[in-house]
Amino acid sequence: MTAALTNSVLQLVLLLLVSPLVSGVIKTLKARLQTRRGPGVLQSYRDIFKLLRKGMVIPETASWIFSATPYVFFGTATLVGLMIPMTTTHAPLSLFGGVLAVVYLLALGRFFLALGGLDTGSSFGGLGSSREMTVSAIAEPAMMLAIFTVAVGANSTNLSEMAKIAVSQSWRFLAPSQMLAFAALFIVLIAETGRIPVDNPATHLELTMIHEAMVLEYSGPYLALMEWGAAIKQLVLMTLLVNIFFPFGLSADWSPHAVMVGLAFYLAKIFLLGCLVVLVETTNAKLRFFRVPELLMVAFILGALALISTFLF
Amino acid sequence: MFSLAAAFVLSLAAYAAGAFASLVSWRKPALARRICCGTALAGGALGGLAAVLGILSDTPVRWSVSSGIPLFAYSFSYDALGGFFNLALAILVFAVSIYSFGYLKEFEGKRNLGVFGFLFHLLLLSLTIVFTAANAFLFLIAWEVMALAAYGLVTFYHEDRETRRAGLLYIIMAHIDSGCLLLGFALLIHASGSAEFASFRPIALQLTGAQQTAAFVLFFLGFGIKAGVIPFHIWLPAAHPVAPSNVSALLSGIVIKTGIYGMARIFLDSLGGVPSWAGLLVLIVGVISAVLGVLYALMEHDLKRLLAYHSIENIGIILIGLGAALIFRVAGHPQLAAVALIAAMFHTLNHAIFKCLLFLGAGSVQHSTRTRNMEELGGLIRPMPVTAFCFLVGAIAISGLPPLNGFVSEWLTYQSLLAGYGAVGGLKRILFPLAGSMLALTGALAAACFVKAFAITFLALPRGAESRDAHEAPRSMLIGMGWLTAACVALGLGVTWFLPTFNALTGQLLGTQVVASLVTGHGLVLSAGGRTAGTVSTALIAAGFLTLVLPAVLLVSLSTRRFGRKRGPVWDCGLPGLSEENEYTATAFSKALRMIFSVLYKPRREIQAVFDVSPYFPKEIHFESGIEPTFEKRLYAPLQEFLFRVSARMRTIQAGSIHAYLAYIFVTLILLLLFAVHK
Repeated sequence: MTAALTNSVLQLVLLLLVSPLVSGVIKTLKARLQTRRGPGVLQSYRDIFKLLRKGMVIPETASWIFSATPYVFFGTATLVGLMIPMTTTHAPLSLFGGVLAVVYLLALGRFFLALGGLDTGSSFGGLGSSREMTVSAIAEPAMMLAIFTVAVGANSTNLSEMAKIAVSQSWRFLAPSQMLAFAALFIVLIAETGRIPVDNPATHLELTMIHEAMVLEYSGPYLALMEWGAAIKQLVLMTLLVNIFFPFGLSADWSPHAVMVGLAFYLAKIFLLGCLVVLVETTNAKLRFFRVPELLMVAFILGALALISTFLF
Repeated sequence: MFSLAAAFVLSLAAYAAGAFASLVSWRKPALARRICCGTALAGGALGGLAAVLGILSDTPVRWSVSSGIPLFAYSFSYDALGGFFNLALAILVFAVSIYSFGYLKEFEGKRNLGVFGFLFHLLLLSLTIVFTAANAFLFLIAWEVMALAAYGLVTFYHEDRETRRAGLLYIIMAHIDSGCLLLGFALLIHASGSAEFASFRPIALQLTGAQQTAAFVLFFLGFGIKAGVIPFHIWLPAAHPVAPSNVSALLSGIVIKTGIYGMARIFLDSLGGVPSWAGLLVLIVGVISAVLGVLYALMEHDLKRLLAYHSIENIGIILIGLGAALIFRVAGHPQLAAVALIAAMFHTLNHAIFKCLLFLGAGSVQHSTRTRNMEELGGLIRPMPVTAFCFLVGAIAISGLPPLNGFVSEWLTYQSLLAGYGAVGGLKRILFPLAGSMLALTGALAAACFVKAFAITFLALPRGAESRDAHEAPRSMLIGMGWLTAACVALGLGVTWFLPTFNALTGQLLGTQVVASLVTGHGLVLSAGGRTAGTVSTALIAAGFLTLVLPAVLLVSLSTRRFGRKRGPVWDCGLPGLSEENEYTATAFSKALRMIFSVLYKPRREIQAVFDVSPYFPKEIHFESGIEPTFEKRLYAPLQEFLFRVSARMRTIQAGSIHAYLAYIFVTLILLLLFAVHK
């Protein structure tokens, strides 16, 4: 009980502290690859800190939904972060729900995010909400197929159980089904975290923005929660991807040594996945919005192939 | 101490008394309204009591009174399955009758409340009998009365042409379904020699393959039309929105569920299982209904039509669970079948509750603004805060989002599909994960649709005079909605306490009780069976969420106390002021999906602009957009044309001459005699 509590608190701290760093590292790496200096890896911390010390402007047209949204978005992302295995195979709150609860809790956050975008009456918010819900709707079947592929391997939707199975067969990621499922989930990760080629996190141009359009009217501490929540959500999805497919370094117990090793491995894996995201972002142009479904269709087909190959091999 | 029989008979008596008392007092509208709602409330409470007693009692309670007519008897059987549907009915009747106290007030002096009350109570009476009848003919009579009462209520605003057309379509489809059921029962009665439901089970195994197929097809058609599965759905989005909203809530909430009840009763109880291909068919039809239902819902901007299409979607989700249960049963996995059946039945109850809630919410909106068109609404969260809150809870529940009840039943459905992949052999197991991914698509699209429905109706600025002058609904209507809102939350968070109700149901239909294996973790956690299987706990999720959000709230409030918080105008790109014309509309919101699924929708649009001087500054723009009603145009229009052609041919024998008709009668008589002698 106490061990579980310590682990929850540790993971919570890790989640809150590392997530802005990951965003910062991705931003800086991207800048370097484009031969710019970039803002520095700590910029996300500075942003959040600065926003927390700013006054807040609430649109006159907004209702209580607008104010509830940052909390729901931040709360669901953080809660989900405690339901996934990070440095050990045990997710602290694995009893709360498995991978399906994770997906649906993130959907709850998105539901409120879209409502918050529409609540102000600004066209930008509506535009962002419409696009966000569309992209996520098309990404969802691909995600579920890939998840089912992994889940039938583990015969469970419990993430701790999935991680344990992955650890027990640590070279399993070389199996065709796992590779295909990874590819499908990687595309979904790009779409869900709003990265090029689906969305451009650096833009504020109405023709292209999705996530930024929804949070356009937020300011001060609410915006800080939104940005922090988005960073946590990104870390959660990346963690899910690396720990299910590449379970290296995941320890089975809570001993300090194992946790340290697990942490080192974990950070290295996240860094590598971040590099992959940066590579994709730098070498691709943003897709026209109506070409995004084609990309997600590719993810769906990859997921279907992954499933069929579990059947064949 | 109340006995089950007393509560059941008294609830029937309350409905019957309500029907006649309303009719008799039609000249005094205020009295008729109070009688109608009061007796319904009493009947609902007694029906609920009977349902609870029925579910708690281990053995089914049977009554039978012979009628003197061969094959027909007044046989009732109050068992777990019927009790469960009666429970759902009672929960809805309780809400709707309280709601109607306020809602029907505007009918006074304008509409005949006596007739309304009569039809309303007739509907409730026939529904109760449908769920408890144990004789095929009693069932069919109740079924027919239900269809006719519903027809009367659907066409209650009969001066509207649209309403009359919808009613006609409904009554035609309802009779096709009654016809199919009649044939299906005829087949079973022919085989067993009795019309009692209990007599079907022993002979079910002796049916030949062709008979089994025929029985399945006839019952699936009959119950499928009533449930509104695609492609037999066209009447549903036409008929449900035009009825008064308290009736729409019952129609979508429970009347279409009689189709689900019938399938569970006949396929699982009477026939004791159907062939494997039939289970697969139910699953596939479920998937198609779910996906197409939500896709069509997305294109609607009539609030009640949108909800009607979502009923089709949710019937699809229920059929996914039911289909899985049928497949597992044949494959010899009663435990898995029980989980899938619980998923289907729990979703039936959940959908009944949140769809009723949403229709009542839409009714409040219409009551206050006189319009169902979302494009004219907006900003209603300020004048109607309670309605908005209730609608939001319903929207979250129907989108299958945690921690509410819709999430739990969808989660159980996913778990059954996942288990199906391991349990069923051969290539067809691929269907289960594919169905799972389509369920995910459905869930995400439903979320998109309810973001649209809630945000366009209740958020931002009012789009028309109607919504600017809106007012909150009367208290009775709010209480009715509040009761269902509480039910959504209670069934979501307290699911582990509610699940044991299903033990009797799965015990009766599948001979196995699995709830003990579904609940772990000190009764807080739902598990898909087994220690390592997936788990979920909505109560813990809610508690964990609140624990995590609390510090965030503290942080923000500390910050705003120090650095201030003020209201300001929305960014309007430097133009003078934001108006409702700048707002996103429902059509605009679904534009992206309309483009992506254009193969399916075949959207058309027409723009006519009138120019004054320059082609850059139009004086007037007329914009029209719509989608092709594929099923109506491609399937039903040719069918209708074919029927008309055949009828035109038939007209030649309908000469109108009495001699010709006498000759026909004579020839028919001879043929029948020959047939009898030959036999």
